[in-house]
Order: sequence, then C-alpha cells, then structure tokens
Amino acid sequence: MSRLAPGHRGCPGCCDAMAANFVLEAAGDDIIVVSPTGCLEVMTTPYPESAWEVPWIHSLFENAASVAAGIESALKALGRKGNTKIIALAGDGATMDIGTLGLSGAFERGHDITYVCIDNEAYMNTGVQRSGGTPYGASTTTSPTGKESFGNRTQKKNMPAIMAAHGAPYVTTTSISYPKDMMRKVKKAVDIEGPCYIHAHAPCSTGWRFESSRTVEIGKLAVETALWPLYEIEYSEITGVKKIKNRKPVEDYLKAQGRFKHLFTKEGGEKEIAKIQDIADWNVKHYELE
Amino acid sequence: MKIAIGGMVEPGSTRVNKTGSWRIYRPLYHRDKCIKCGICSMLCPDSSVKAQEDGYVIFDYEYCKGCGICAYECPKDAIEMVLEEK
Amino acid sequence: MTDNSMEKMSVVEGSYATAHAVKVCRPNVISAYPITPQTHIVEDLSQFIADGEIDNCEFITIESEFSALSALVGASAAGARTYSSTSSQGLELMHEVVFNVSGMRLPTVMTVVNRAVSAPISIWNDHQDSISQRDTGWIQLYAENSQEISDLTPLAYKVAEDKDVMLPAMVCMDGFILSHVFEPVILLEQDLTDEYLPPYRPEHFLDTKNPKTFGSFADPSVYTEFRYMQQMGMDIALKKIEEAAKEFTRIFGRDHGGLIDTYRADDADILLMAMGSVVGTIKDVIDEARSDGIKVGLLKIRSFRPFPVEIVRKTLADASVIVVLDKNISIGLNEGALCTEVKSCLYNTDINTPVIGFMLGHGGRDIPKGTIHNIINKGRHVAKSSIKVENEFVDLRGDLI
Repeated sequence: MSRLAPGHRGCPGCCDAMAANFVLEAAGDDIIVVSPTGCLEVMTTPYPESAWEVPWIHSLFENAASVAAGIESALKALGRKGNTKIIALAGDGATMDIGTLGLSGAFERGHDITYVCIDNEAYMNTGVQRSGGTPYGASTTTSPTGKESFGNRTQKKNMPAIMAAHGAPYVTTTSISYPKDMMRKVKKAVDIEGPCYIHAHAPCSTGWRFESSRTVEIGKLAVETALWPLYEIEYSEITGVKKIKNRKPVEDYLKAQGRFKHLFTKEGGEKEIAKIQDIADWNVKHYELE
Repeated sequence: MKIAIGGMVEPGSTRVNKTGSWRIYRPLYHRDKCIKCGICSMLCPDSSVKAQEDGYVIFDYEYCKGCGICAYECPKDAIEMVLEEK
Repeated sequence: MTDNSMEKMSVVEGSYATAHAVKVCRPNVISAYPITPQTHIVEDLSQFIADGEIDNCEFITIESEFSALSALVGASAAGARTYSSTSSQGLELMHEVVFNVSGMRLPTVMTVVNRAVSAPISIWNDHQDSISQRDTGWIQLYAENSQEISDLTPLAYKVAEDKDVMLPAMVCMDGFILSHVFEPVILLEQDLTDEYLPPYRPEHFLDTKNPKTFGSFADPSVYTEFRYMQQMGMDIALKKIEEAAKEFTRIFGRDHGGLIDTYRADDADILLMAMGSVVGTIKDVIDEARSDGIKVGLLKIRSFRPFPVEIVRKTLADASVIVVLDKNISIGLNEGALCTEVKSCLYNTDINTPVIGFMLGHGGRDIPKGTIHNIINKGRHVAKSSIKVENEFVDLRGDLI
C-alpha cells in the first residue's frame, strides 16, 4: 500500500496530494498512473525527483485518457495486462475542458481504465483561472468580481452526467473530505472491468482562499449544503445516493471561502446567494438527497 | 547524475526535499488524548503523520509542512498547532 | 532485376504495400484516425486484424489524430511496438504530441501520406505537412515509389528502436501519387523481416515491478541537456540509417541508397535535388537531357532528418550549379525547406557553388517533364553566368493573379 512520497512540492494542505493518497491506498500497487499537466504533475515530478512509487507517466495537458487507453492496449497486446489497472489522475481543467475529447473517446471505446477527476474548480497551477468546473459566483483571476461582476457567470459543467451518458459501468462523485467514501469508490472502480469515472470534489486552500487546516471541513460543507451531491451511477442509472440529514444553507459553505466573499460584501450579493441556493435545491430534488 | 535517454526518474525520490523547512506552525501531539482513530495519518497530504503498530502516531518533522489539517480534524483535540521555533 | 524477383512481384496499391510492410514488422499497438489520402493504409491494416493476420496486436480506432498519437505515447512507454499513419490536417492536429513523443524518446513509426495543408483545403499532394514538423525531433524519411515506402518501414523501426537512437520516425510517401497507385512490388517476406528487425525490447518501460516515473518536468538547470541528447540521438541515427540500409540490401537484395541516393551524379555539372515521388519524373528527364549532351544528375534525399550534411557536401562538391526542387514553401522566406538546408550546409565551406530553388507541385499541381526540362535550362544559365532569381514558384498561372 503506497502513498505519495513526502518531499513533493504541494502547498500545505494540498487537496491533490490527499486525493492521490486515497487513490493509491485504495487501488494498491498493481497500477500504472497517468497524470496530465497540472498541479499534481508539477508538484510530484520535478526532474530528477518523483513522489510516485508506482509506474507513472505524464505526456501532455489534454491526453491523459488517450495515454491511459494506449497503455491498456499495449498491456493487452503484450500479454501483461493481468490484474494491472491503469488509473488517470487529472484536474478539472484537463478533464472538463481541454481533455474532454480524448476522455469521451476512451469511454466510448470501453478501455479498462479508471479516470479520476480531482476537481478544485479552477486552473490552480497557472494561478486560479476559471475552468468549466468553476461554480456560479466564484471569483477567479479570469472571472473576477468587479464593479459589474459577481464572479463566474456560469454553473459547473455536469461532467458526471456527460460521462454517465457514455453508458460506462461506473460513474460516481465523491469528495476528498470523505476519505472512506472515496476509497470505497476507487476500489469498486478498479475492480470493475471497463471504463470507470470518479469525480472527486477537492477544496484548494490556495485557490479558494481559506486556511489550509480547513480543507476537509470546506469539502464537507459542500456536501452538507447539497452543492456537491454524492451519488453513484451504473450503466447510466443512479444506484446510490448519500442522503443529507439537517441540510445547511449555502451561506455556510460560501462564507467560509475568500472566492465568494464579495457575495456577502457587495450590494446585490444576496440575490446571487439565492441563485446558488436554487442550485442546491435543484440538486436535492434531482438526486433525491433528502 | 546522468540523464537516462527518455529522462526516467527513480520512484520516491522527492524524499531528498525536506519540506519541513516550510513549516510556520508545528503540530504538538498530546498522546494522552489520542484515541488512535487514525484520521490524522489518513488525511495528511505529506504522509508525515505515521501510525505506529500500537495505534499511536508519530510526526515526521522532516517533511510536515504544518498545514494543520491533522489538528483541525482531530476529534479529541490531541494535536495542537504551535508556532515553530527557529 | 533477376527473374526470381520478377516472380515474387505483386501488383498492389502503394497503401497496401505500406500496410503489408507494417504487418510484417509485428506492431503491438496501432492507433489511427482516418484521413484522405491515408485511409487505405488503415483500412488494409484493419482487414489484417479482422482476418487474424497480426498476432499480439491491438488496433485502436481512435477519435482524433491528437489522441491517435497520444495513445501511442502510452503504448510505447509500456513497451509496445507502435504504429500510426496520418496526413495533412491530421499531422497538424497531432503537432503538440509529435514534439512530445520525440522528447520522451519513444520510437514510434508513422507513415505520413503527404498532402497539402488547409487553407484552402486540398486533399492533394505536397510536402507542407511533414515539412512543418521538421524541428520536432523525428527522423524523416522520404520514399520515391511503393517499393521504397515498403522497404523503409522496417528500416525506420530498426533505426528508431536502436538503443542509442530512441527517436520516432516518419516515413513519408506522396498522397495519391504513391498511396493510390498500383505498381509491381515485392511484398516484404515475414521470415526475412524477422531476420532484419528484432523484437522491440526497451531498457525502460512502464513496469509495476520497476516503477519508474516518465515525463517529468525539467527546470532550466536540466532542460538544455534533454534537447542536446535528442540531437546526439540524431547524430547517431546518421550512421545507423546507413548501416540499416546496407543490412537491408544484404538480407533483401534491394538497394535504394542510404541517407541519400544519386542518379547519374558523378560527372554532373547541373545537380538536381529533390525528395519523394517527383524523383521518378526527374530521372526520366535526366535521361532525356543526357541524350542531348546536358550533364545533369540527381541527389535524392532519403533522410531529411537527420539531415546528411557531410554526404550532401561531398556529393555536391564538383557540380557547377545546384538546383533544388521543393514541394513546400516557408511563407515569408519565399524558399522551400530543402533549398534552405542545402544552402545552410554549404555556407562556411570551400564549396562556392550557386544554389537555386524551385517551389512546385503545391496542392497536387502536376509536374510534367517539360517543367523539369525548363528548370534544368534555368540551371544551365546560372552555371554559365550568375543567379538572377534565387527562388521561384514554378508554373504559376498568371491568369489567376
């Protein structure tokens, strides 16, 4: 059972390192990991060092799924596949924006790979620019709050739904704030033959602007407010949902983070908060969270 | 060190980089309060809280960056963050 | 040509000869996306797979050229012998991965079926696509005919996979002119190919028992050395290509030359230079001109990367004029890539021979023999006097501009 070796350059309290550790613990040593360009790649592999103790490869930003598919095909052709699992560990930009083409192709073709999106909701490696994973109202360096702006104008792309539409055997959401949930789902995914997708919510203290010690707490608030629902989908059907008891208002989640601070200090912010509450309410209804 | 053709790197070699020097706050362990739940070692992003065979943990100050997640998440307040003395 | 070799010949499409050559090289992973005029190669390979004729091989019918080559990054790093083929827009879409494959020192082989690049969109042949990848760190070999494209395929694997080279290789063939034309070809024999090309056994690969990290990021203290080592690989490839060509001749009995080939070049005053299928036309024209007493010859470039500077210098040393034909242009320099290379390798030497360049065949424009005769005549004038026009487009239609 391995984890990332210490000495990597992740920020204190790094969500990527936590996600990688949970994946490594759950999946065991008989794996090959692919990471696209991003924080996880940069912080773990500054030449000539590596934090990885399993075989690991980085090629480009937008091709992790295609590289994983190639590895899987090679192992099959060479008769080395056995129980070896190929796992992609990618950020939200690499998954939901620039790498969607290759990811969709790999899932359509049905390669035996597990793809984990570590979603910290912006391009953190390049300085917190908005991505397709950035939620409504979040201030980033390319969706800043301003005289005429309340931050990001679009809601997160529903990537799990897109992946589920491929008819994949297993698509699930999880959060690094629920390590046991995440590890159970990773284990389940790698034990399934075929393409599996895990979308892990990952609070980033640097990009979201909160104290590094509160990483886990912030992720729990996302789940407890229904802004990040936890569910499992098998062959396009929802088969499991984490129910919420005593749901919290979205303010509890938003006010804990600097990226939403303007919603509480700017005139008209309450209307924006109400829109975000509507998103949470929609999630409750759609995924039957209560 | 010679670069191999292709630039392959040995596993686990970031250990040469002692990130403990980044630390501003240091986790202080109150062993008497610890209930051996293992949450701290599971969550540590730097694998610097190590569970021992007896269930208690030790901190690896060579690498601990002082993020404070272990202290914040400890259900029994058995870990306290104190200002690093340099 | 011996009677024996005549018996072994089959009349097949250039694409089939290519696909067959790939098959006998025993690839483990083929990953390709269809694009005109490359399609027949991947269709033929698909049929071989469907008929169970390639053992231990996975064919990934992938969703884009970008992913086609990306999948081969993973497959090659995992220790597989890998193959792809593309053309034009497909190669341009791959561009970022093309650099990456070489930087990671993965010996993929790819057939580039040369086609013009959009805009305007054109499906017909020129060399702009592969030339645009000149600086990506791939070996680039150009074939004159179907037999040569077939024979260059195992040679490309042999050189690319050499442990001191470890660079990917493009084998370039002219779209339609070679890919879709039926010619008599000796299809590569499996037993001879096995003798020529050993199985791919990389020193390092993605291995759960020896878990190395591939594709680190390099800071300024080490990046330069990665680039230098690629150039070292290319330098070694110069020698390895010559050796591989000689061994090919020993085993298969056919000789297409090494890094270059020549035709009636020994006593030539006017030395033409070109790559690809136009070489066939040029040889016919040389024979005609020679019968008129014009001392003209040919230096054919087979290896554009690595560029064989020394042997080109040596071959050009005694000519009175060097005439370079390019099916591409560096827009803004008004010069074809081969012409630039030739000038570059003569500067700072004792050779002071004039070099003139002709850009022709763009977007599939026909190159009739008369055009080559005209070019030779221009070369004769330069040999007698001096350069009036260093580079020019050939057969421009004045009525359109």
